[in-house]
Amino acid sequence: MRRLLLKNLVQGPLTEAAPAPDDAAIAELASHVNQRARRRLGRTLAIREVDAGSCNGCELEIHALANVLYDLERFGLRFVASPRHADVLLVTGPVTRNMREALDRTYRATPDPKWVVAVGDCARNGGIFAGSDACLAGVSAVVPVDLHIPGCPPSPIEMLQGLLALLDSVSADATRAPISTRREKP
Amino acid sequence: MNWPHSSVGREAWQAAAARLHAGEQCLLGLWGEPGCVHMAVLQSASRECSMLSLPCADNRYPSVGRVHPPAMRLERAARDLYGLEPEGLGDARPWLRHGGAYPFLPAEGESLHQIPVGPVHAGIIEPGHFRFTASGETVVRLEQRLGYAHKGVESLMAGASIERVAALAGRVSGDSTVAFALAYAHAVEAALAVQPPPRAVWLRAVMAELERLANHLGDIGAVCNDAALSVMHAQCGWLREQVLRAAQACFGHRLMMDRVIPGGVLSDLPADGEQMLSALVGFIRKQFPDLVEVYDNTASLKDRTVGTGILSSALAQQFAAGGFVGRASGRHFDARRTPGYAPYDRLPFEIPVVQAGDVNARVWIRIREVEQSLALIESILPQIAPGPIHAPLAAPSAAGAREGIALVEGFRGDILAWVRIGADGAVARCHLRDPSWFQWPLLEAAIEGNIVADFPLCNKSFNCSYSGHDL
Repeated sequence: MRRLLLKNLVQGPLTEAAPAPDDAAIAELASHVNQRARRRLGRTLAIREVDAGSCNGCELEIHALANVLYDLERFGLRFVASPRHADVLLVTGPVTRNMREALDRTYRATPDPKWVVAVGDCARNGGIFAGSDACLAGVSAVVPVDLHIPGCPPSPIEMLQGLLALLDSVSADATRAPISTRREKP
Repeated sequence: MNWPHSSVGREAWQAAAARLHAGEQCLLGLWGEPGCVHMAVLQSASRECSMLSLPCADNRYPSVGRVHPPAMRLERAARDLYGLEPEGLGDARPWLRHGGAYPFLPAEGESLHQIPVGPVHAGIIEPGHFRFTASGETVVRLEQRLGYAHKGVESLMAGASIERVAALAGRVSGDSTVAFALAYAHAVEAALAVQPPPRAVWLRAVMAELERLANHLGDIGAVCNDAALSVMHAQCGWLREQVLRAAQACFGHRLMMDRVIPGGVLSDLPADGEQMLSALVGFIRKQFPDLVEVYDNTASLKDRTVGTGILSSALAQQFAAGGFVGRASGRHFDARRTPGYAPYDRLPFEIPVVQAGDVNARVWIRIREVEQSLALIESILPQIAPGPIHAPLAAPSAAGAREGIALVEGFRGDILAWVRIGADGAVARCHLRDPSWFQWPLLEAAIEGNIVADFPLCNKSFNCSYSGHDL
């Protein structure tokens, strides 16, 4: 153990440079984030991950976000254990019928202001599982979605770009985005 | 190569159930389709695989789960999906189709309390519900309720093209995408009597071993993290990321999704692919021993893993537990050897087996399998000769439906794939059985008598798939 720690000390950090935020994601977000929320949150977001029936591919890459190379926490983004502590719900999967209620309850347990980020192709509209009796047509069928990060699964870099764009939108000053009130659940 | 397949009557079906009960054969799978139920078994002594089908026009068949518990959840699933009633099962609760009240099994005694957990968990994991009944800190009973990730995969597959079913097979359980795609490809190739070209067979094995390596590395770190040794998690995550990046560079996808297809593989290695892969093997070979040393010599970690979550050898045998779960409890089985498939028949490798059955044993099996996979990749690389990577599939035949079945070793254990291809060339039916079907129930047994706080550790040491199980 001592040898390993010493080696790590000498070789320096493994963490890599941050990617630039994704332009498309910034545009998508600009209309969803309001001034008041920016003031209250500052540059930090607590993320609650919800697997709404994914194949677990997205979860593997979300896990990778936390590894030493991507190191999500350096950006003020961190995963929390309860929706009560969260600003952002990061939702994967096509939303199975069996997860509908759990997702809805998790959303309602998350305090305002809050954002929903749908991760992966099936989270948008069901993806490859679209048309199944056992699935709904993506995350927006249950809760309003602010940002979608495509991919099957999206790579950690792609997710990081989307989340950084979200962070920038949330923490930017009031000059950019139009003020919109939170959309209520349909 | 296809297995012996017989259409049987109720008596022969019940006789097969009795042989399962007696331990003369192991259950590899039990699944349904409208009006018919199927079972795949492995003979304990001769290690031969075979398949039985029982037509049941009245949608009723004698329950196997009544005498052989490993079949219970499979029968409940077949009832939910196809309305097939297992006579005498004694558990009327749905499994994959939710809705309405779900009474949990009782636990009676003084001062017991229940802890409901999930389907949304505190960590980044898949959805499932765990109902603990505890006496103080000690778990008296754990009951799982699964099915939250049920996506109706089999109904999407019925009638779909061979290519679309391949994409679905690769998304039954994302962490085993190569193994599932491979199992499905083997089944299709058995049905259509297609031989993938030699280069494709070698490349498939490279991908399968990379997938095993990535999962084992990630999970060894995650188990240590659940015992609060985060330095192992960080180091193992770093190594895992190198595997995924090599997969991206060599095959064009970090998880190698959609790369294995019926007839061969989709993408070939780039010119410097073999060089990148041998550099990866060298890199992990250099880094990994230090981590094994940390695992083996950190007393506070060993204190958590040794003697925790013991799975008895008898239960591992009864449930035919595949993968490291079975091999850590003395069950010597690996689908790469039994029934075996190319190219593993031409490769030297060891199947590590230990008896202890605790969290520590499961970690050690995975450490040994990392070493085996590295050696396998090393011995495969020089043998990959130039050539085609895909063989055309046979055109639809007037001969009618053709069936194929295969067993493939994923990182988690043996995956069963069965497919029927109709006269029109589309997939009429497909069933993919994840190893987790026979491992989840064993986790319920392994946690009994342990403390609630050790559940994450035990759970991670099994690392069953939710999506793969829920279909």
